[in-house]
Amino acid sequence: MLEVADLHAWYGKSHILQGVHFNVAQGEIVSLLGRNGVGRSTTVKTIMGEVEPSGSILFKDQQIVGKKSYEIAKLGIGCVPENRDIFPSLTVRQNLLLGMKSSKGSSRWSIDEMFRMFPNLGERADVPGGVLSGGEQQMLCMCRTLMGDPELIMIDEPTEGLAPKVVEQVGELLQEIAARGVAILLVEQKLTIALKISHRVYVMGHGKIVYEGSPQELREATEVRREWLEV
Amino acid sequence: MIEVLIFATLNGLVTGLLLFMLASGLTLIFSMMGVLNFAHASFYMLGAYFAYSISLYLGFWPALIVAPVLVGLLGALIERYGLRRVHKSGHVAELIFTFGLAFLIEEAVQFFWGRATKDYRSPDLLDFPLFTLFGQNFPAYKAFMIFISIAIFIGLYFVLTRTRIGIIIQAAITHPHTVANLGHNVPLIFMAVFGVGTGLAGLAGVIAGPVLTTFPGMAMVLGSIVFVIVVIGGLGSLAGALVASLLIGLLQSYAIASDVGMPDLLAWLGISFERDHPLNDIWRLTLPQVAPILPYLLLVLVLIFRPSGLFGKRES
Repeated sequence: MLEVADLHAWYGKSHILQGVHFNVAQGEIVSLLGRNGVGRSTTVKTIMGEVEPSGSILFKDQQIVGKKSYEIAKLGIGCVPENRDIFPSLTVRQNLLLGMKSSKGSSRWSIDEMFRMFPNLGERADVPGGVLSGGEQQMLCMCRTLMGDPELIMIDEPTEGLAPKVVEQVGELLQEIAARGVAILLVEQKLTIALKISHRVYVMGHGKIVYEGSPQELREATEVRREWLEV
Repeated sequence: MIEVLIFATLNGLVTGLLLFMLASGLTLIFSMMGVLNFAHASFYMLGAYFAYSISLYLGFWPALIVAPVLVGLLGALIERYGLRRVHKSGHVAELIFTFGLAFLIEEAVQFFWGRATKDYRSPDLLDFPLFTLFGQNFPAYKAFMIFISIAIFIGLYFVLTRTRIGIIIQAAITHPHTVANLGHNVPLIFMAVFGVGTGLAGLAGVIAGPVLTTFPGMAMVLGSIVFVIVVIGGLGSLAGALVASLLIGLLQSYAIASDVGMPDLLAWLGISFERDHPLNDIWRLTLPQVAPILPYLLLVLVLIFRPSGLFGKRES
């Protein structure tokens, strides 16, 4: 579904991505792991069209390099940014409305369904997003992206700063999303849920993919973990 | 006394609401671009002139609809082919672009319509006193101005807070990247907001032209006051723009209607000066005389004591 090949990107003169290769298939959960500053978030931004790259990004066999962010989103890529970026003055319901790409409501996800899955959000439907807890904001942000009915969703550090119980909830939601045929690219620094729910994992270091394997293989590859992941 | 108060309030309301029509568009466009559009009042002037020309052939009522639409379309084109390109060169370039545009529009107006004041009149249909109070007439046209302004305010408020497109606009203004990532065409939204904002300024021109006279300096006269309002209300705040517009409108209207001045103050304090005192002119100032300065005085005070404006939020 998503095929990234030989992707290079620069911030000014610094060469952030130095030939990144990876792919994600339909309904698959793939994790992109690595320490801070190795280019994980830049990879997401580049796919979203926010950073100008060289190389190739194929989505459903269509080249998306050079397209604008909203065009890429319309093709079916959703992005849940690291900073969550919910709209604090808009209510929970309005935040979800914002995620819909058209008012016709052809999405496989509906607002009522979101509220059924997350009674917490349902109870606070008319409360400004800014007063939600960190975990609720994360849920809201994911739900908002789902409202646009993406076929691939990229999530940057969804468990950052959340309580262990909420982290578990996030993991369950991701599995639920994947079960409905949506591909997930999970971008994480920590291994917490990544090893538990991913089908495949990639490890990034210095702007390149340095390891590729199954979660089980990575669990056993202590050498790789020591060199590229553990702090 | 009562009749003075009532008429001053009504006139203040007319001016205040008219100012709000300009200030609302300006403040929305400011939140979006991050710079003040110095040409905003020029679109107001264009509205008046377009309406004048259209009314010569079709009458006032078609002009009321057509002129603002034309001004809005012109605004949208200027955003699309002018500002959007200049935006890449930064805020200073944008600011200078809007400055230049203001002069360009003023010169163009003089070129096509001449320097003389145009005989642009309110429609005959509204040319009667709505009511007479204490022997003073309140023209129906002024009531019409109040009605249009309030209708626009309610419409704007409804669209911005109750519709999906309004929610998208609100979000796009503060978080353009996130909104683009959700699949919304943010540049198109910006162009539309610019078009609607300038269209509103045009509408204000259409209805103000007959009352405040249609002449090439009308943009300058009102433009500076509108900036004062936007700063006093807090840059980017619609509620602030409304409150500041009414505040300035009423303040000026009360000051003009009042019959007090320095002589009264001095008499009250029990001080008197000789007629040939060197500062005699200052001792004899009256409130109606200083009314035009009051908005700027208020601006200076607000900037000193509350730099973010009445309703403004400081960017963190």
